Amino acid sequence: MSNKYWQSFGEVNEPEKHKDLGKNEFHEELPFEAFDDKGLMDAKAPRRDFLKYLGFTTAAATIAASCEVPIKKAIPYANKPENLIPGVAKYYATTYVQEGDVVPVLAKVRDGRPIKIEENELAGSAYAQGGTSARTQASVLDLYDMYRVKYPLHKVNNKFEEVPTYEQADKLIMDAMKTAGGSVVLLTSSIVSPTTKDIIAKFPDLKHVQYDAISYSGMLLANEACGFGRKLPSYHFDKAKVIVSLGADFLGTWLSPVEFAKGYSKGRKIDEKVLSMSKHYHFEGHLSMTGSNADERFIHRPSETGAVAVALLNAINGAGDASIADAKLKTAIQKVAGDLKTNNGAALVVCGSNDKNVQIVVNAINQAIGAFGSTIDWSRPVNYRQGVETDFASLIADMEAGAVGTLLIYGANPVYNYYDAAKFTAALQKVKLKVSFTEKIDETTERCDYILPNHHYLESWGDAEPKAGITCFQQPTIFPLFKTRPFQTSLLRWSGNNKEYATYFKEYWIQKLGTENDFDKALQVGIVENEANGNAAFSDGATTAAVTAIGGYKKASGIEVVLYENVSVGTGLQAGNPWLQELPDPVTKATWDNYALISMAMADKLGIKLNVDYEYYPGKPLIKVKVGSKEITVPIFAIPGMQADTIAIAVGYGRNEAMGKTAAGVGVNVYPLAVNNGTTIEYLATGATVENLHKKYKIAQTQIHNSYENRVEAVRETTMATFKKYPNVIPKFRQELQDAYYKNSNGDFRRATLYPEHGQPGIKWGMSIDMNSCTGCNACVVACHAENNVPVVGKSEVMRFHDMHWLRIDRYFVSDNENPDDLKGVVFQPMLCQHCDNAPCENVCPVAATNHSSEGLNQMIYNRCVGTRYCENNCPYKVRRFNWADYTGADSFPNNQDQKIVGVLDPAVHEMNGDLARMVLNPDVTVRSRGVMEKCSFCVQKLQKAKLDAKKENRVLADGDAQTACQLACPTDAIVFGNVHDENSAITKIRKDNPLRGYYVLEQLHTLPNVTYLAKVRNTDEVMEVKDYEEQENHEGGEKGNEHPAGDEKKADSTLPSAINSTEGGH
Amino acid sequence: MIPCKPIGKKLATLLIVFIVSIGLNNVFAAGGDIPAGKTLFMSHCAACHQVKKDATGPALMGLEDRHTWADHNDLLKWVHNPAAYMANDKYTKDLHDKFGSMMVGFPDLKLEDIDNIVAYINDAAVEKAPAGGTAEEAPQKSNSNAIIFGVISLILAIIALILMQVNSNLKKMSDDAEGIQRPHPVPFYKNKIYIAILALILFAIAGYQLSKGAIGLGHQHDYEPVQPIFYSHKVHAGINQISCLYCHGNAWESRHATIPSVNVCMNCHKAIQDYTKGPKLYDVDGNEINGTAEIAKLYDFAGFDPKKPNDWNPSMAKPIQWIKIHNLPDHVYFNHSQHVRIGKVQCQTCHGEITAMDEVKQMAPLSMGWCINCHRQTKVDFNYTDSTGNKFYSIYEKFHNDIKNHKMDSVTVKNIGGIECQKCHY
Repeated sequence: MSNKYWQSFGEVNEPEKHKDLGKNEFHEELPFEAFDDKGLMDAKAPRRDFLKYLGFTTAAATIAASCEVPIKKAIPYANKPENLIPGVAKYYATTYVQEGDVVPVLAKVRDGRPIKIEENELAGSAYAQGGTSARTQASVLDLYDMYRVKYPLHKVNNKFEEVPTYEQADKLIMDAMKTAGGSVVLLTSSIVSPTTKDIIAKFPDLKHVQYDAISYSGMLLANEACGFGRKLPSYHFDKAKVIVSLGADFLGTWLSPVEFAKGYSKGRKIDEKVLSMSKHYHFEGHLSMTGSNADERFIHRPSETGAVAVALLNAINGAGDASIADAKLKTAIQKVAGDLKTNNGAALVVCGSNDKNVQIVVNAINQAIGAFGSTIDWSRPVNYRQGVETDFASLIADMEAGAVGTLLIYGANPVYNYYDAAKFTAALQKVKLKVSFTEKIDETTERCDYILPNHHYLESWGDAEPKAGITCFQQPTIFPLFKTRPFQTSLLRWSGNNKEYATYFKEYWIQKLGTENDFDKALQVGIVENEANGNAAFSDGATTAAVTAIGGYKKASGIEVVLYENVSVGTGLQAGNPWLQELPDPVTKATWDNYALISMAMADKLGIKLNVDYEYYPGKPLIKVKVGSKEITVPIFAIPGMQADTIAIAVGYGRNEAMGKTAAGVGVNVYPLAVNNGTTIEYLATGATVENLHKKYKIAQTQIHNSYENRVEAVRETTMATFKKYPNVIPKFRQELQDAYYKNSNGDFRRATLYPEHGQPGIKWGMSIDMNSCTGCNACVVACHAENNVPVVGKSEVMRFHDMHWLRIDRYFVSDNENPDDLKGVVFQPMLCQHCDNAPCENVCPVAATNHSSEGLNQMIYNRCVGTRYCENNCPYKVRRFNWADYTGADSFPNNQDQKIVGVLDPAVHEMNGDLARMVLNPDVTVRSRGVMEKCSFCVQKLQKAKLDAKKENRVLADGDAQTACQLACPTDAIVFGNVHDENSAITKIRKDNPLRGYYVLEQLHTLPNVTYLAKVRNTDEVMEVKDYEEQENHEGGEKGNEHPAGDEKKADSTLPSAINSTEGGH
Repeated sequence: MIPCKPIGKKLATLLIVFIVSIGLNNVFAAGGDIPAGKTLFMSHCAACHQVKKDATGPALMGLEDRHTWADHNDLLKWVHNPAAYMANDKYTKDLHDKFGSMMVGFPDLKLEDIDNIVAYINDAAVEKAPAGGTAEEAPQKSNSNAIIFGVISLILAIIALILMQVNSNLKKMSDDAEGIQRPHPVPFYKNKIYIAILALILFAIAGYQLSKGAIGLGHQHDYEPVQPIFYSHKVHAGINQISCLYCHGNAWESRHATIPSVNVCMNCHKAIQDYTKGPKLYDVDGNEINGTAEIAKLYDFAGFDPKKPNDWNPSMAKPIQWIKIHNLPDHVYFNHSQHVRIGKVQCQTCHGEITAMDEVKQMAPLSMGWCINCHRQTKVDFNYTDSTGNKFYSIYEKFHNDIKNHKMDSVTVKNIGGIECQKCHY
């Protein structure tokens, strides 16, 4: 194959050195250097020291262990609530609502505490068919954030003081409102709640301004200009055969990514008998997560988005266009236009630009390709984003003029995320009374006079109408932890209504739905769907003007800076969440920071060598980026597939101290670099200059942590054209690997294992991961954190390769063999314990702390582990994680986290061990202490529960009873899990139906894993020639017969699932 | 140093004899049918029978002397189907009239099971010290034997030592008489070989004790703390025969059996306000307990005024801080419902004869070995076709075939993964 699969620049640019480093993968200096510079063996008295340590630790352990057993108490309820059984989890349907994002979810409540967010399958048919995002999964930890405001506050002499009761706060604020005079303005992020809108509407003389951290007003205004009204439509990615994205990160952050990923994945699933899938073209300047998933990706200057859109429109209409100079891009546009035209009525173009004119042109394209009514649905306009900049700008003008007496702020934080924050901050000072309802003291709230903290969504009653006619409900899953109050109650009080919001909400919906019974049912399901009745038609009036306007844009030269949201931190609202901060970015695999993504060409220009040292050491060169009068200092992060003169930096970082130790001081705030184009704010700055500061800043990146010894065959990827021409390309490759194994073992199967074959008399668990569906969104990684009490280790520990993720998503760049910058695609491979039936880790454990179960699980027993790390060393998949330090505070020694030897852990780690954050722990999973190995268990606690539940109901385990956390979280259903012995289970079917794509990772090692992967197929016409394809096949049977005795061959085959293996005979 | 070698050999032989004698002794004491019988007794009989006292059913001590029970076949018939047996038998009918309830049948028991149970009963009846639990019996017996053998071995060892000293002295004397020059023999307390052997023995004993102690760390066998209220299980579950699940109902549903909340206590104690009819209660130290005063303590927690029962507000109750007796380490997952509901294990199997205890005492060691042992022996009901077995087990085709083909006679918990680590540790 002419393509190269690689993970780091070291691998590409300095292969030899990279290989050498791989050999020392587990090399870590013992910490004794601290006592003697020469190292342990050369020290003056190493033996004596050793004996001293030995004696001391033995004595310490003896003393610690022989202390009296503490008396434990069992305190039952005084008055047990009915229907509550301690130890049995209950699930409540509720809805994750944040800054206009809406995801219907189930909250798993264990003994009164919500501990996990799951998808709401019941909401499926009506809304998004389930699925969650990383941020949704992590939101449960926000509930237990110690930096939440715990009671109402009043600023006195520049310091916040507690107001004892809400009655007093109400009185103080209502008096102050009277004194302040002027108008009363409510500033919020997009409000999706019908009841809240109702309450706002009933508030006398209240002006409501909606402001979104990342604005979509370009689209709102464009749709208005095209006759749709100031609204956003529903998108049906599942109905589109051709999807074109002009810089819209619709799988990661754009508008409603969970819903879109779900629809998108439907077109990406391959039926091997039919062999068709949707085609995804992506145009962008920097490498985004969605761009990584594209079949064909074209790069252009970000400022050229408009020109590309116009060229595409012209190409579709058959008109010529001269605005695109780049020949490659030009052909691409012609090709895309052709594809769009052929798939009229089954095509979709989306655009991430916030420029009204560009969005008008995109609407015209969608009209030309028949998208309206098919892939774009105006019968259900969506409410995700409603803010328009002009409204906000006029609010600032009013504030500056002193016309605003009272400003009530809910969910908006312009001091942090407005492009001209200084202007807003100055205007804010002219407002006499400022009241904030936020949960935490963010940058805007800091400057307010009163804080009346709102409930967390898991404590609230509420509703959300993400799409016209579809309502999702919220219900409390826990009694409010702090003295907080729904902000709607405050609005009700201040408008003279003495009802609680809960009562108001209930009465509102009982009246709407009919009876209390209907209301209860709606809460139980979490969603109510009414008929879609919206309608709008496209009017062409604005197109010509928009095209002309785009034609008049100044052609940018020099460096352009793109501001993007990443999947973990997003706009920055959840920046205080340690799970999200420690989440490796899908594309860069870096944690705990933002950085400037630069192209390989720019790195070269800046004199930065992309070699092994660059990748291996966390220190990355710092650059200064200047845009007009604004300048910021950020570390660089070079990746392939970037437009040469484009820099991309994630927003959402650089938060204030009051947001907590997890968020404060992490990264830099780049919102100020956004530019106002007159009508809207664009997250793109042109004419920037960069300067290499020749300083280093450490970034904690995870992709380089594990060495596969250059075994890139772990990832299998091909193109549709290749797959059609050579359907057996993957089985053939598998055969080669198996043959290689036979050769190495001289054809003796038994040489591979010390143990007899494992028998599974009952259940055998297996998993299948479809790499074609996996978008790299990371929802599974956070779900795994939450379900399995995986500790947060902090940036300093990630930099020491001590990250603890049980499930990681490996990123492989696919590029031309000669030119690594010519990026053809990116493959995401979720990598977790493969539960090998011939596991290399099991053989080497001296204390049998890891062994095999009769259900095919590779078991890890923490209480037996002595921490030799032999298993980690011997695992070819590098999925085992060692607790280097006491991350969880589970050791029997108090204060074992701040030792000089172990290293001082980051504050975030300590905060995760606070009484509050520990409430999120899953009581069914052991909290691991220092010095033990841990790894994916296939969520064994959930498997055990599923089996027990089946036994309680006196029935056989049904398919779908046992689901792993990652599988449940996945919005694209890439992960299928179940009992392989059940012939009707989904896992058996998927293995049977995909003989041509299914494979095991590193089959040449004969580890016999229980996780199957389905190879990724890029839908392109490129044919990767397969050497000796025909020839090999003809020889295969004979050769095999000669090489291996028939008996051995049969035995080897019988250990592989026949579904996958069956094709090998049938070439 | 000529005499060294023979002496060393002799000593080694002696040591081996000593060790083997202790070892064999343990094996004999632990062998036989008694442990198996105990397990069966606890799982099948203990709910209604005690060894020495009448409970729901008669005391089983000395049952072979009664009726025709010396013939275990006859006993088996009775146990298999008490109702049918009783129809033609006056003795059992009288028993039924005396105790007022019909014995539950155990058709799954075999003759050898009956032998084992009877062996256990006889053992428990004879050896039992007045207050001690049955659990300590076996080790105590073996300990006393070990001491006897140990003393004998020690005496023999000393005699051997004296004889060797005498031997060497005689040799010295005879050598002197014959005029052969030999060095003066080293006194035994300075003999390096003796010292080395002694050190080795001490080291072995210390190591054995240390590891034994280490294994037992955290185990709380016989733990019997004083509780905030003197709550007698004997009075409630024994005399008044309240079902265990009435108060510990969650054992049916959840991993936790849970201690009942105050409002559950008050369901009965709103009416039962004093303790007068039952036997006198004594605490561990033999002090008499005033039952009525203990009920009053409950009222304190509940915020209940016996004079105004209708004014009671359950939501004003304070929780009672019981001391937890049965503790498992955090890394152990134990699920009551799995055992009680699916495994049909009697509460008494693990908690002992609760119905006979005033304040609860931990009867089982709750050690891993103890758990595993039960998982090894307990049989799983695979008869999913009739109503007794669980349909879940129908997927174990291999075992069903093996049973059909008489390759195996029963499936134990171990066979279906019951002693795998991740059954309890995750």
